[in-house]
Amino acid sequence: MAAPLTLLFLLAVTVRAALFNSSLKELISDRVEVVSPLTAWKRVIEGLALLDLGVSPYSGDVFHETPLVIYLFHFVVDYAEVTFMLADLITAGCLYMAVKDYNKQVFRKQKFALEADRYPLDCLELIRSPKEMHYIPLKVAMFYLLNPFTILSCVARSTCCLNNAVIALFILSTIKGNLLLSAVFLSLATYQCLYPLVLVAPALLYLLQHQYIPVNFRRPNFWWLVAQYLFMFGGSLLVVVCLSFFLLGSWDFLSSVYGFILSVPDLTPNIGLFWYFFAEMFEHFRLFFLCVFQINVFFYTIPLSLKLKDHPVFLIFMQLSIISIFKSYPTVGDSALYLSFLPVWTHLHRFLRNIFLVSCLLLASSLLFPVLWHLWIYAGSANSNFYYAITLVFNVAQILLVSDYFYAFLRREHHLTYGLYLKRKDGSEAAMVLK
Amino acid sequence: MGLLSDPNRRRALINLLTRLNAPICVVCYMAGFACFMGLSFEPFTLRTYMSENAMGSTMVEERFPAGERALATGREFAAHKKKIGGMPVDWLVKTMQARGLEVFTQSFSRTLPFPDENKERYMVKGTNVYGILRAPRAPRTEALVLSASCSPGDENNQAVGLLLGLAQYFRNQIYFAKDLIFLVNEHDLIGMQAWLEGYHHTNTTGMDWTPLHGRGGSIQAALSLELNSHVVTSLDLVLEGLNGQLPNLDLANLFYAFCQKLSVLCTIEGKLQRNDWDSVSGYSQAVQTMMLMVMKQASGRPWGDHGLFLRYHIEAATIKGINSFRQDKTDATTIGRLLEGMYRKLNNLLERLHQSYFFYLMPSLSNFVSIGYYMPAFGLLAVILLLRALDLWVQLVTPPPRNEERVNDIAQSCPGVLSILIPLVISHLTGVALYMLPVRFQEMAVEHFPVSETEAVVLTAIAVYTAGLALPHNTHRLLSGEGTEQGWRVLKLVAVLYLAVLLGCTALINFSLGFILALTLVPVAAFVTPHVPKVLSAFALVFLSPACTLLFSVFFYQELQEMPVSFQDGWILYLSVISQGILDHYLYGSLVYPLIALLVYPCWLLFWNILFWK
Repeated sequence: MAAPLTLLFLLAVTVRAALFNSSLKELISDRVEVVSPLTAWKRVIEGLALLDLGVSPYSGDVFHETPLVIYLFHFVVDYAEVTFMLADLITAGCLYMAVKDYNKQVFRKQKFALEADRYPLDCLELIRSPKEMHYIPLKVAMFYLLNPFTILSCVARSTCCLNNAVIALFILSTIKGNLLLSAVFLSLATYQCLYPLVLVAPALLYLLQHQYIPVNFRRPNFWWLVAQYLFMFGGSLLVVVCLSFFLLGSWDFLSSVYGFILSVPDLTPNIGLFWYFFAEMFEHFRLFFLCVFQINVFFYTIPLSLKLKDHPVFLIFMQLSIISIFKSYPTVGDSALYLSFLPVWTHLHRFLRNIFLVSCLLLASSLLFPVLWHLWIYAGSANSNFYYAITLVFNVAQILLVSDYFYAFLRREHHLTYGLYLKRKDGSEAAMVLK
Repeated sequence: MGLLSDPNRRRALINLLTRLNAPICVVCYMAGFACFMGLSFEPFTLRTYMSENAMGSTMVEERFPAGERALATGREFAAHKKKIGGMPVDWLVKTMQARGLEVFTQSFSRTLPFPDENKERYMVKGTNVYGILRAPRAPRTEALVLSASCSPGDENNQAVGLLLGLAQYFRNQIYFAKDLIFLVNEHDLIGMQAWLEGYHHTNTTGMDWTPLHGRGGSIQAALSLELNSHVVTSLDLVLEGLNGQLPNLDLANLFYAFCQKLSVLCTIEGKLQRNDWDSVSGYSQAVQTMMLMVMKQASGRPWGDHGLFLRYHIEAATIKGINSFRQDKTDATTIGRLLEGMYRKLNNLLERLHQSYFFYLMPSLSNFVSIGYYMPAFGLLAVILLLRALDLWVQLVTPPPRNEERVNDIAQSCPGVLSILIPLVISHLTGVALYMLPVRFQEMAVEHFPVSETEAVVLTAIAVYTAGLALPHNTHRLLSGEGTEQGWRVLKLVAVLYLAVLLGCTALINFSLGFILALTLVPVAAFVTPHVPKVLSAFALVFLSPACTLLFSVFFYQELQEMPVSFQDGWILYLSVISQGILDHYLYGSLVYPLIALLVYPCWLLFWNILFWK
């Protein structure tokens, strides 16, 4: 498998290098779909310039990246393009290894279940074979590296690529069962963009499962592991934050990064749901609706963790997609990360219901973004409502996609327990209805 | 959400849609066409009304007295033009200065990619002269433009005269809160392009021009004037700009309101308005007017000097004087008053014109069809594509009846990415060739064939287009054996979705172009399969291809203009239309040629490919 992977990496690097050298680079790095005020490369450059002048990069309202990123680019700013390509390759490599490991575990678990005769007889066609699972890791890497969304955000030098790389490292170390590294990378990801905080739940669930500790609140070793993990997570977060403080010598960055993420002062249009709503709203409702909008990201953690407590990797996928839909400054790069997980769930395809509709919607809306932007900003003939309508379509499509996968996953689990061909009590064929 | 989650209802709906797919598609197509034809029926349209408060409720008194003197200036201008044999720059500068304007000149030069045979120009050199009348009452942050082009020959002299007369008159007015810029541009649109690029410090088309030394505020609105005679019978309003962009409807309303006030006969698309909408001839007049607008908008070219302003977010229109054999004539004084009134009202604007519609079609000057009315007509056509795609999707994913056949079926149902990718890549490469070759290879073509450069470009374009049909599109057979049944279905699914998205995006930017393309390409996309009779469908496919659509459009346009042409003349016109389209792209950045060459034509080739799948 090394050869195809190398080939894929070469192809990905070639495409990116070609785009870096074309005139499209400037065009892409100005697109609001690809860069957000948090991740724009222009702003990083601005912050670097301020830093070099001995001014705090957070004075003024331009730079909103974290201090570690600016110090990283302080050293590698001349190799920025290489850094971003490397970040993409790291992400893809990590996802590749993580998915490979995960598939091995899935297969092992399935073997045990088969040996223990836990599956109903008519479910044999739901059993996954190693043959179909063989290419999944490669497909995941391909979905990430060749996804136009990833390519665009890499060419735009959006720091979103770095965030994705950190999250991918976190996923890899979690799946490998490494408590410390998982906590460290998660704290880094949280430090970078706050929202990955919600990944604590799946990480904990996975690590518990990995060490064969049942989720039982009365067991001391359950609490011991949770405490250990939270301590490591909190500790490394503290270390990183303090490190930033010592680097800059001020706490400016807290309000400028996390305050900026949470209170959404920049209403530049993007593919998210915030900007239009908050631009239209009366000022005295703002705080209330901020809470309502922000709580979306965090709120689903509880019900999803309860429902998916045996399937933490699927939970990670769900959480990543929820973050990328509901975060305050989303870009297409965020979506690319969770979209790259889709090949892992190929066995759910027979239960998906709206995949045709959703792919049409995603395709159409991603192409309509630039068209409506042109009509609004350049031609002046359309207005923000047109653009926001497409944003809504894009997000509805994403939500439909995720809920479809969620439904399919649950349904497969249901079939694995109760048999594939469900019968009613009177013997007629039953159908499952989601209400 | 019941429909998305309840499997029984979903199945029922999908069954209905797949079983009745063909009839529904036919009904949709007919309904779309009927809906479009119904748009110009007066009860279905909206009456125009002034949305902008600043222009609606204020009173303006027009007092421009000096029509005769303006015409005399025009004669003087004509004499100087004739003497010099081009634009009398010095005379213009002197005259404008004498009228109290700040005068500046800008020279520009541009070599066309190939000679323009319609206007007989290749290496263009010229000078724009413009005078700024500084606003006496406000901080000069905004400006209005009045332009008239200095055309070769005996044309447009009266317009320049009237422009200078108005400049002199406005100089003595105290009302103006915006800078007034009087621009005389040479070589019509090329000069206009140079001036606008100079004014806004952009260079999008690689033209050489000298920077402007004097500038006013940001331009809010502009009018271009075309007058070829001392008296006119009617004034025609031209709205269509680059890429089918239209100015805000309020500008048209303003023109109409003043024509009413001064009882000047006014037309749009050269068609007089009729009051008998319920008679057949009244309706057909409205249809003709709207069709003309649709054809002009679809062409994507600027139909007057105002066309390039729209790109810079400036509302602009051209006012054209028409002198026919009617009895009641309008003299220059009245036209001057009309312009005075329009400028006084535009001067009252507090912000850019934005209240009224930007997406509209006009069956007459007093009625319009807004986007909410005409988009359903397009939507009905586009939904056919989605229905066909749904049908194909259902055919592709319908689970096989028995479990044992699954493995085979899966192997068959994944026809390999290659067999889809190869037709896609080949047809797009053909598109790239159609885009690049004509202009690149004109010199070579001129060396080897006895044709002029322009002919070489056009004929190369036609040759590449035709060669695309003969290309071995079925290369996928060489690679992965005989085209499978599933293979063409997947390819058609891709092509149909591609076309749907493409037409949708086009219709948003330029409704007319999108609608005309949809009208011809949707039937092709809907019916073509490898199993229909080859010869007949190949003929139909060619008949409905983009190039033939253009040919029919040329004849149809002539028919609408009431200037029908013979086939021979029509063909010559067709060739010149192609060369003009290519020139518009290179000179002004019109998007129609690249759109057709790089996207629509490859998409059509995909359907051609499906027809010859086996």
